[in-house]
Amino acid sequence: MEQIGIVSYGGHIPRFRIKAEVIAAVWGKDGPAISRGLGIFEKSVPSVDQDTATISVEAIRAALKRCTINPSEIGAIFVGSESHPYAVKPTGTIVGEAIGATPDLMVADYEFACKAGTAAIQTCFGFVKAGMIEYGVAIGADTSQAAPGDALEYSASAGGAAFIIGKTKVITTINHTLSYTTDTPDFWRRAEMKYPSHGGRFTGEPAYFKHITNCATNLMEKAGTKPQDYTYAIFHQPNGKFPVNVARKLGFSPDQVKQGLMVPYIGNTYSGASMIGLASVLDVAKPGDRIFMTSYGSGAGSDGFDMTVTDQITKLARQKAPTIAQLVADKEYVDYGQYSKMTNLLFWE
Amino acid sequence: MKEGVARFWREIPQRYNFIGNKCGTCDTVFFPPRESCPYCRRKSIGKMKETKLAGKGEVVTYTIIHVGPEDFEEQTPYPIAIIKLEEGPQITAQIVDCPLDEVKIGMKVESTFRKIQQDGHTGAIYYGYKFKKQRQ
Repeated sequence: MEQIGIVSYGGHIPRFRIKAEVIAAVWGKDGPAISRGLGIFEKSVPSVDQDTATISVEAIRAALKRCTINPSEIGAIFVGSESHPYAVKPTGTIVGEAIGATPDLMVADYEFACKAGTAAIQTCFGFVKAGMIEYGVAIGADTSQAAPGDALEYSASAGGAAFIIGKTKVITTINHTLSYTTDTPDFWRRAEMKYPSHGGRFTGEPAYFKHITNCATNLMEKAGTKPQDYTYAIFHQPNGKFPVNVARKLGFSPDQVKQGLMVPYIGNTYSGASMIGLASVLDVAKPGDRIFMTSYGSGAGSDGFDMTVTDQITKLARQKAPTIAQLVADKEYVDYGQYSKMTNLLFWE
Repeated sequence: MKEGVARFWREIPQRYNFIGNKCGTCDTVFFPPRESCPYCRRKSIGKMKETKLAGKGEVVTYTIIHVGPEDFEEQTPYPIAIIKLEEGPQITAQIVDCPLDEVKIGMKVESTFRKIQQDGHTGAIYYGYKFKKQRQ
């Protein structure tokens, strides 16, 4: 049977961080209590010269360093984000040019809150399976926004990951993938608004938990698997609590979730969140490991993936690009004033 | 429109991918590319070959900008360096992701993709290279 899956991968996380307690102090809140409640201690902050396009380019360049693919063989690039630098002009065009994949290339930008990147993986998978392209690139990246003083300010961060999908030298096969989608208004940003709005506690049970649980259950039924069959499980991570709770509810152990849980020290990278978790798992994965991933995007939907690591992973030059753990460790703290400048909170024109 | 989209668009191969060229007679590499080699002159005409540079090099000298031009005011203080690329050419570029006291002459650097300028809040965004400390 033809194997289709991930051929290479790479991630990028801006190196500036702000601690949750520093944000809390500005608004007169109890920092340690907020960190405990959310399971987030600090989050990444993009510098003034970083946006979704630059993060995407750094992530895919890391993926290309690890393999020997000629960028001209890439037939499609899909960039998933809710913070594309332009409202009209695809981020993928900038990415395609920056890696030398243009001009014989199909490009489209995706938006589906925090799951636009995994939707891009599914599209690439379909294109490769149909024989339309040799390799496709799926990117999930964001410089997510949060209104000053909003609960999201403790989590909305920046980062991304890129995956090259193909059918030769596959390091991880995608055995099954499916989605679960409904109209659930838990989080949104209206056109021309700077900051998103959300339904507070409504984002939990009827939104995140319902979609991930149903998607994950349907996927395991289709794949004929149970939680114990997987080495690693990755769930969308808007905070440190939700993914651990949904994992427990589904029957996964904290050990299965740990390697793919990056949110406590980088925050919620939105479209990058589950993708960075997957990249972190691939940094350490061994042949035969089975990986379960379920993303979640508000609005709302989940994409599920059942994957198996192949022997080919030992041949991928993983050391040629920084691991997610190295990116998380390379950091410099900023205060709330610097953070305001970097995230454009002070723009009043 | 301060800089003009057409001018920036023409420079995309250089700004995104370090596309320079090489004299087919003496092998000297140029970045940005030149029409002819200033050393071989007419002998180089028609022999200039496009070449992609690796975007790696070392700091020859640097200065710290405390009063930046309009689009860079938010980034001050920041280092600007003359960088000697591995292939030979020297270029001027901004150093990022590096505390000011860690910038040193001879420091190995590699390129990173960043936003360089934008035409206000409604105009085009211009991307290109900046440099950061080389990964060990």
